[in-house]
Amino acid sequence: MDPVEIKVEARMHYLSKLYKEPPPLSLLDKILTDEGVQGARVAIKENNMTGRLIGHRHELVEHRIPENADVVAKAKEIAAGGADLIILDLELTDLLAVADLPEMADKVLLNIRLSDDDLRMEQCRQNLFHLPPSWAMRADALAQYLVWKKWTNWFLIAGKGTKDQQYAAAIKRSATKFGAKIVEEKEYKYEAGSRRVDSGHQQIQTQMPLLTQTRADYDVIFAADAEEAFGDYLMYRTFIPRPVVGSQGLVAVGWHRSFEQYAGTQMQNRFERAANRAMTERDYYGWLAVRVFGEAVLRTNASDAKTLKAYLLSKEFGVAGFKGQGLTFRAWDQQMRQPILISGPRALVSISPQEGFLHKYFTTDTMGFDKPETKCRFVRN
Amino acid sequence: MLRTTLVCAALFPIFAPAEAATLFVSNEKDNTVTVIDGESLKVIKTIATGARPRGMILTPDNKKLIVCAGDDNRLDIIDTTTLEVERSLDSGPDPELLDIDSKGDRIYVANEDDGMVTVLQFADGKVLAEIPVGVEPEGMAVSPDDRITVATSEQTSMAHIIDNATLKVVANVLVDVRPRVAEFTKDGSVVWVSAEIGGTVSVIDAKSYKTVKKFGFEIPGVRPEVIQPMGIRFSNDGKLAFIALSTANRVAVVDTATYEVKDYILVGQRPWHLTMNEQGTKLYVVNGLTNDMTVVDVASLKPETSVPVGRLPWGVMVKP
Repeated sequence: MDPVEIKVEARMHYLSKLYKEPPPLSLLDKILTDEGVQGARVAIKENNMTGRLIGHRHELVEHRIPENADVVAKAKEIAAGGADLIILDLELTDLLAVADLPEMADKVLLNIRLSDDDLRMEQCRQNLFHLPPSWAMRADALAQYLVWKKWTNWFLIAGKGTKDQQYAAAIKRSATKFGAKIVEEKEYKYEAGSRRVDSGHQQIQTQMPLLTQTRADYDVIFAADAEEAFGDYLMYRTFIPRPVVGSQGLVAVGWHRSFEQYAGTQMQNRFERAANRAMTERDYYGWLAVRVFGEAVLRTNASDAKTLKAYLLSKEFGVAGFKGQGLTFRAWDQQMRQPILISGPRALVSISPQEGFLHKYFTTDTMGFDKPETKCRFVRN
Repeated sequence: MLRTTLVCAALFPIFAPAEAATLFVSNEKDNTVTVIDGESLKVIKTIATGARPRGMILTPDNKKLIVCAGDDNRLDIIDTTTLEVERSLDSGPDPELLDIDSKGDRIYVANEDDGMVTVLQFADGKVLAEIPVGVEPEGMAVSPDDRITVATSEQTSMAHIIDNATLKVVANVLVDVRPRVAEFTKDGSVVWVSAEIGGTVSVIDAKSYKTVKKFGFEIPGVRPEVIQPMGIRFSNDGKLAFIALSTANRVAVVDTATYEVKDYILVGQRPWHLTMNEQGTKLYVVNGLTNDMTVVDVASLKPETSVPVGRLPWGVMVKP
């Protein structure tokens, strides 16, 4: 076919800071500095493979700035350049500083990094959409599986980091929601440190049984260690032989290298060819963010924030993300509805929602904060 | 491997009468094709193939079955009399589905991982063209008059129309999210394209390449997001279309004149591809999650029986 005349141009901005992140505890996980953006790069090619056939051109503009750089100044600069579609790979303070700029009020911002429940509740913003599952969704996804297994006595061990505490709060909420019991709760007080232990396994071997000795029996240890201080050390070292779930062990995630269903294999292969490494969860949401915009541009023949936002919130929108159903946004908090993978370290175990957890409209809405519970009140301008 | 084959041959001597139909089911997870006798519905043989066998097509003379072995990047050619893999063709990366022209000369293969359609000469496997299409091409259908080929691409949500004379894409038709299967009506006037995530079927005119109709499905008590149209097959008289609805565990029966759904036939879990016998009296539906094949009586639209096959059955073909 002859080249098609370009009728629609869509420019997507990727704004991130190169934060110093806690290193993964396992030496099998590489320390990465390009998570998220690698996924976006793969997706922009896909958008253009489609776009070139119908006269759409998509461009990804990357703004990846040092941790000590001024993100607000950068965001103002991007807005002044006429940006409408912005992907935010930012931590909370930076994310809110950008989202609350008057210049950003009528843009479409996609959060691909944070699981904070607050962002979907009291701290929601009308210009901000969330792609990764919230902590509440992750905890509910695991809780449904554990209830199905009848493993309902949980021993919660949380780290002291902010994200650890957020996840721990969500786990407690899930226990109440699904009728499980937190029989014991402890805090792991050490900071996330070096992941190298060298001859240190003896220390961990004596420390973990002590940490996991309780008066009450429990079915599982529910670890809330989002900041990677101890979760991987629990396995095979617990006082009584029990599985570990939560942030390590059996995890609730949007993407995992072991996932292959619904053409997931093709995505894993495409990504690895492009990035020379496995796709992480943040890479997946970077990919999905560009595809969300891509799908909306494809169907509306437009690339302005107003048209696309209306489309993303309409009944017509649904993007394919290898989960066997169209992914859509909840109108009340602009969180993406999605099935959640329940995966062990080396193989997929299940996908939630589990059979039998019913909902009047979407079974995926059994995970996270449903409409009647929402504390999000959008301030429309 | 050789030993297994010998044992199978000894246990199941092949003396099927010439007129009995033979069914072939590809088992994605087992790396096999199950061969079933059309009369007795007994398994005659399980043929080992390359890794991840999915799409299959019979040559027009019914002598060979061509199987896409996706993870081995090749096509296995099975002789439908000896039931042995007699040769393999290099298909390009990750073949998923394919079709063959009415003369049996050319094979059109969707390379899912690669965004290409590969056109091969069946006789010697010579590659005639590699045609770039959208992301994750899947459905392939050659028109009955061999004039055009329709390829669908899942991530791009399009039906690509390829002119078979020039082997160039002449039109791209936007359909709903994740198109899977393309199937021409018997008269070749339109091609039906199923969209798995969109939950709809688009009917595209084979001359103007315009969408003339799009319709969805509503089943009481079944959530809309699990209704995922997949395989399509028309009745011999062309009056009915049978559409596998995947996670809705049903086959829809659609009136091709009015596009109204006449019935939903309950089958196994995740019905994927389906086909019909030569007389048009039986419909065979393979169910991915229950590892079986449902046999449906076309006159009564009732499921009759279920035949266990291998793991994750994907495609099904009937040799008359």
